[in-house]
Amino acid sequence: MARVGVFVCFCGANIADYVDVPQVVEEVKRIKEVKFATEYKYMCSDPGQGMIRDAIVQNKLTSIVVAACSPRMHEKTFRKALSDAGMNPYLLEVANIREHSSWVHQKDKKAATEKAMDLCRMAVAKSIANEQLHEISVPVTKRALVIGGGIAGIQAALDIADARIPVVLVERSPSIGGKMAQLDETFPTLDCAQCILTPKMVDVASHPYIELIPYSEVIELQGFVGNYKVRIKKKASYVNFKTCTGCGACWQKCPVKVPNEYNMGIDKRKAIYTPFPQAVPNKPVIDAEHCTMLTKGKCGICAKVCDKGSIDYTMQDEIIEREIGAVVVATGYDMWDPKPYEEYGVGRFKDIITSLEFERMVSANGPTNGVPIRPSDGKVPKNVVFIKCVGSRDEAKGIEYCSKICCMYTTKHTILLHHKVHDSHAYVFYMDIRAAGKGYEEFVKKAQVDTGTTYLRGRVSKIYKKGDKLMVRGEDAQLGQVVEVEADMVVLATAVSAPKDNPDLARLLGISYDKYGYLSEAHPKLRPVETAKAGIFLAGCTQAPKDIPETVSQASACAAKVCGLFAGDTMKKDPMVSTINNEYCSGCQNCVKVCPYGAIVTDDVPIGHGSKELRTVAKINEGVCQGCGSCVAICRSMAINLAGFTDPQIINEIVSI
Amino acid sequence: MEAEVKDQLVSIEKPELIAPPNWEPVIMGILCNWCSYAGSDLTGTSRIQYPPNIRIIRVPCSSRVDPWFLIKSLQTTADGVLVSGCHPGDCHYISGNYFARRRFLVTKKLLNFVGFHENRIQFSWVSAAEGPKFAKVVNKVTEDIKKLGPLHLYKKENFEKK
Repeated sequence: MARVGVFVCFCGANIADYVDVPQVVEEVKRIKEVKFATEYKYMCSDPGQGMIRDAIVQNKLTSIVVAACSPRMHEKTFRKALSDAGMNPYLLEVANIREHSSWVHQKDKKAATEKAMDLCRMAVAKSIANEQLHEISVPVTKRALVIGGGIAGIQAALDIADARIPVVLVERSPSIGGKMAQLDETFPTLDCAQCILTPKMVDVASHPYIELIPYSEVIELQGFVGNYKVRIKKKASYVNFKTCTGCGACWQKCPVKVPNEYNMGIDKRKAIYTPFPQAVPNKPVIDAEHCTMLTKGKCGICAKVCDKGSIDYTMQDEIIEREIGAVVVATGYDMWDPKPYEEYGVGRFKDIITSLEFERMVSANGPTNGVPIRPSDGKVPKNVVFIKCVGSRDEAKGIEYCSKICCMYTTKHTILLHHKVHDSHAYVFYMDIRAAGKGYEEFVKKAQVDTGTTYLRGRVSKIYKKGDKLMVRGEDAQLGQVVEVEADMVVLATAVSAPKDNPDLARLLGISYDKYGYLSEAHPKLRPVETAKAGIFLAGCTQAPKDIPETVSQASACAAKVCGLFAGDTMKKDPMVSTINNEYCSGCQNCVKVCPYGAIVTDDVPIGHGSKELRTVAKINEGVCQGCGSCVAICRSMAINLAGFTDPQIINEIVSI
Repeated sequence: MEAEVKDQLVSIEKPELIAPPNWEPVIMGILCNWCSYAGSDLTGTSRIQYPPNIRIIRVPCSSRVDPWFLIKSLQTTADGVLVSGCHPGDCHYISGNYFARRRFLVTKKLLNFVGFHENRIQFSWVSAAEGPKFAKVVNKVTEDIKKLGPLHLYKKENFEKK
């Protein structure tokens, strides 16, 4: 026979003012299983918890009901009180008589009291069916996977590896570095991006705890937190990295020229190439799409000039498997393609370029040796118009959000232009200047004064050609009039957009993404680096647009989460998972289909005791199960139950009032 | 014969059984932990008032809700049932609310076929941020059930008497 103890809380006046607490206590005492019932001003306080502990011991209680605030608030607190008294913490039920009664029925004390009684009856009835549950221990593979080798991935990998946890860093392109490696200087201090990034890249390559797998992609992830198995496709590089010294003879002699992605297509690279001189690893790869030896079987010059014999045209893609315990996703962002801005003449006028193209031009290691030039005639531009919010904050073009970095990088661009072309003049069309960040507003103010840039608040409606100039027509909203600026070059501050492949990656990893393609965090404020899937974390722009300091902070936060996860040899997991009763399971496998986590597999068991004949039943991996209960409701033979929310518990609740 | 059977079935909602004076319906609210239950908590913290007829049961996900729970509620204690989950696409468990949505449609049709008024079982999507919406939903459901009156005929004790 169950012996239930009920503890009704006043919550100061929050409950007591609108619910007649003593009457509730009297009423629950009439339930035959209730052997102890009392009230207290603050059940969650230490004396309140003490009352629970004492009553458990003195009255030999078998389950506890606390009628107080929402279980989302203090369930953990009261569970701890139960364990402190030597009772299984999952024998607790919370009746939510504050959020669900006293606060929402403040004008009718009688009704609120009656409802509180009913909620107590339901909780008592449920608690009678509660079972002892124990936290699940799951073994942990202490190795982390980092997907993406931009600044986010680099920082996360280094921080995790510094804690002496092995890291596998997978990068899609031939070199790590990401978008940051393409930048010239960085706001608000104008540090040279290469100078602060490349030492970190070298650290990654030489770190004893980091396994860098460049030119490869994750193709499959199986398992669950602490116990993932990842399959990585290492694309054929056609170069033996073990013998290659990176001397550069091959790419100097290669006759095939291809637009250079690193320089935004402004100049050409070869078919065998390293993305940029500071690349890590600094070994070339052959672009199989363009190499004539691989496409047509003609050429072979690189193999001839390589005195190490490192070129191997027969190399195949390779599948690498690793066992890992946690994943950090840091796939970065794409620059948004401004094609939809037809009114600006994007695609028609050569002298309209994007901000990243401008960045490459002014970069010291860029295709134009650090001097911006007009793509149409190679002249150095004098009047440059920068247009902000191209794509961003423009619902008509499909991006409602603020890309967050454009205000700052455009300010930086006006400074860089001023540095490189002293007699130039910059115009900036803007909607707002969003300079929230340490030293950002000061940076913008100083730049405005130092460069003498003309800031025009308003949108550009049209760009047209007049001679070899571009006429930028827009609105100056502060003067309330239309303005026209004659420009040699126009730079579009294009939006940050989610990587195109993010939805595919999200499906592969089993995590969710938003309508723009950014990967979703578990909670926008309180769990910003976790995903809803345990053991998978997000760093950098793959979650939302952010600048370098924020990206680095988030990456380090990921590292802290991974280290926390790996702190013990096993992990504790909530025991509220589904269990299958093989006796009842008919093997229909409907549960396998509805499980969103792939936690249910099939298993063959003997038909009867000692029998050699087998039949198929479902089997739940409790390490993977997240406890949603889909399988319980779909099970025809009622073979599955969800601990903590079993059928008897819920039915008890329903019939108790 | 067939007509007689049908007449009996439809009689679950007999108009002469409409509410005695001061009758208040009981509504069973089955809410998912992550969205609707959190939303109902927010209604509380925002002190938005709603009728006291609803009794709330917490489940992890709307997909945990077995049609059995709805039928059992109507058979024993409740005059109406409200099931509420996360908005489509927002399920904490990725896809649970889609299963729930299909299951509810079928359950509703079935109960409707055997003679329950369709408003006896209602479904809604309330997010953790929609405190005011939860109050609105409860107001509507309570009003609907009040109009329909008590659900005497289907109650278990009636079967037992016969």
